[in-house]
Amino acid sequence: MTQGRSAILELHQITKAFGGVEALRGVDFALHAGEIHGLVGENGAGKSTLMKIIAGVHPEFSGRFMLDGKETRFRSTRDAHAAGIGMVHQELSVAPDLTVAENVFLGNQPTNRLGFVQWRRMAREAGEQLARFGIDVDPMTRLGDLPIGLQQLIEIARVLFSGARIIILDEPTSALSPPEVERLFATLHKLRDEGTSIVFISHFIEDILRVSDVVTVFRNGRKIAETASADTTKGALIEAMIGRGGEALEHSYTDDLMLPQSSAGAAVLKVDQLSLRRSLQDVSFEARSGEVLGIYGFMGCGQLELSRILFGKLRPDGGTLAVDGAAKRFRSTAAARRAGVALVPESRRAMLFHQEPVYKNISISILERISALLLKPVRERAIAQRQVEQLQIRPPVVGLDLGMLSGGNQQKVALAKWLAYPPRVLVLCEPTRGMDVGAKNDVINIVRDLRAKGLAIIVLSTEPETVLSLADRILVLKRGAVVREFAGEAVSKDRLLEAA
Amino acid sequence: MASSDGATARADHQRSRGLAPFLRSQMRNIAPFLTLIFLSGFFAIASPSFATIDNVGNILTQVSVTGIIAVGLTFVILCAEIDLSIASIANVTGIAVAYFTLQESYVNIANVPMPGIVAILLALALCALLGLVNALGLTMIGIPSFIMTLAMMQIAAGVSALLVRGQIAYKVPPLITTLGSGSIGGIPWIVIVAAVMLLGGHLVLTYTRFGRYVYMVGGNREAAEFAGLNVKLILGSVMVISAVCSGIGGMLGVAHFGSAQQNEFDTYLLDSIAAVVVGGTSLFGGRGGIGNTIVGLFVLGVLNNGLDHVNIDSFLKILIRGLILLAALIINVYAQRLREQAAD
Repeated sequence: MTQGRSAILELHQITKAFGGVEALRGVDFALHAGEIHGLVGENGAGKSTLMKIIAGVHPEFSGRFMLDGKETRFRSTRDAHAAGIGMVHQELSVAPDLTVAENVFLGNQPTNRLGFVQWRRMAREAGEQLARFGIDVDPMTRLGDLPIGLQQLIEIARVLFSGARIIILDEPTSALSPPEVERLFATLHKLRDEGTSIVFISHFIEDILRVSDVVTVFRNGRKIAETASADTTKGALIEAMIGRGGEALEHSYTDDLMLPQSSAGAAVLKVDQLSLRRSLQDVSFEARSGEVLGIYGFMGCGQLELSRILFGKLRPDGGTLAVDGAAKRFRSTAAARRAGVALVPESRRAMLFHQEPVYKNISISILERISALLLKPVRERAIAQRQVEQLQIRPPVVGLDLGMLSGGNQQKVALAKWLAYPPRVLVLCEPTRGMDVGAKNDVINIVRDLRAKGLAIIVLSTEPETVLSLADRILVLKRGAVVREFAGEAVSKDRLLEAA
Repeated sequence: MASSDGATARADHQRSRGLAPFLRSQMRNIAPFLTLIFLSGFFAIASPSFATIDNVGNILTQVSVTGIIAVGLTFVILCAEIDLSIASIANVTGIAVAYFTLQESYVNIANVPMPGIVAILLALALCALLGLVNALGLTMIGIPSFIMTLAMMQIAAGVSALLVRGQIAYKVPPLITTLGSGSIGGIPWIVIVAAVMLLGGHLVLTYTRFGRYVYMVGGNREAAEFAGLNVKLILGSVMVISAVCSGIGGMLGVAHFGSAQQNEFDTYLLDSIAAVVVGGTSLFGGRGGIGNTIVGLFVLGVLNNGLDHVNIDSFLKILIRGLILLAALIINVYAQRLREQAAD
């Protein structure tokens, strides 16, 4: 343990709210020199928020921030950078059109006295740094031409070798292959032994236990536990993460839930050996009429790509897809729609027309059916009105611009679009993300109604609660492959997390 | 029901939050109209010969060719794309229709005479084909429309050059001659054609499914794809529509000017884009329409015509037109921003 040494970074009673919602409530956190500190917690537990405060992304918060024993306040990421803090964010943030060398030296390119960039020196040093990390690429290749995993490694390398003494890695391994993960861990251990402090956030608890010296568990914006990695187990951490007892307001799904014995109808959608570059490997499953199939996995597990393939937006490298027994190769989303597949993507911005009235947002899926050439606005409005009433969209005014509705109601409009259609297979990505309890329950009820009508429904989510509250059968996707199927058996949040 | 009534009331309240947000959201429609009224008023006071029936007729005739070309361009810009080949396609189509018409013996062009209707159909097929090449380049290969149509601008100009080889042709089929330079009951046919095409464009955009799709693709292309629309088909279609409108404008233009030659339509590229954008159709797609284009046409028409009526350095006119265009672009961008604020 590291108690003997003094902390280089100490946070006391940190509280941070976003628009009235508290993301962090009175968190204490200390980081010592030469320590790898693992952070675990569910989505929204506050891990990333705390790290963004340390990295100067969120300058507004309450509480004390001590660096090297002195009270400090970063006004921006530049301040944090100057203080020797580097962070690799969850989302890849590289410049794909620049070369590898330029990316490694982003923001501090070596220049001569006249201010000209020393290209040869930059390429040589970038190559040396990457070689130390076991990456063998030409520093002058365009970064975007490399595979995603390699891009992520290069971004990590940039921060690791930037000379920062505090390095924060937020979900760095999601796009990495096992050998790449090994190399990363070896490098982290080496840097630690040289005295660097590292914070490592991951959903992969085995990784946390292997790489870190200390683990801190977050739940609902609070720090729940801090222990030495050697003194804990995966099971104990998961238990701490999701919590037992009366704390959660909603159904917490910590107890076993019995999935129904298969009583579903015929297979409507059948997917066989689907693969897509580094994202998916030999994914096979079927979606049955009158059944909700849940697909659970961490961010970056390939769900997003899978949903796009089902709806014809991405084309798989291999494998087959069949609707009602007929093999399909969707050349466009229009083809998928005509075959009876519908998708509600995870981002409202991506699926709705904010400047158009509600009724146009709903009727767009059925225009082909109700009008051969001329629009029939009266009929469009009537159909939309029926959906708005059925789904209790508020306010129930179909002529209102969509942008005036609340997020939860917008989400319902996205569903309404397909209910008017209706499809044979409905694919829902994160259908309840960011919703309040009431709206969540509405969506759950809508999905159950649709199931009763015989639709085959696929729910993809990174939140175990979403999958558990909706699904009759659950697949767990891990690094692009189906690793576990739960059917007709007991399932709970820890079992899902355990499998993923 | 109480809560639902409350919600309705809130919605009504939101819709009529006051005049200011409404005006803000309608900025793109109001500003060009005010510009038109201001310019008309200014020239009417500055020159006694401006506000006459005859001159209104002049303005209408002067904007007709631009108007015909701008119909198709409106579709393209509504989809947040651009077509820089319109003037070149107009030129090559006008030349083609003359190429397939028997010219006088003193015209030194190796032309291939055809019956009038065949010549027209061949010319239309040519512009449709060039539009199709634009469409395939944009949708199948994925070349940005700005670059694709820039290449097409050169290609069409090249075909024009090969057909006329520096010469000038004068004859076009009688139908084209009538529509381009004839008149009925004192109204030039070309004005009628432009009016009919603008009306047709408006009807398609407002009352057909295809028109709705154009707005949806322009408003949020990703959402259109997620709604299962065939986005590529729609984008391809607007490129072909634009080329065919340009072709029609080119044929009638040749008849209107009385000759077909190289570089005859060069000014129409800027004029057509200016008409659409000055009218308030958003360069970001999804907002605007033929109504805006008509206002834009008149703003440009009144400006060009009015500057001829007041005593002004003819070289200064070019600069003034440029400044007006810049002002319209600024309004266009601000209108988008104001609307987004109004929606929040």
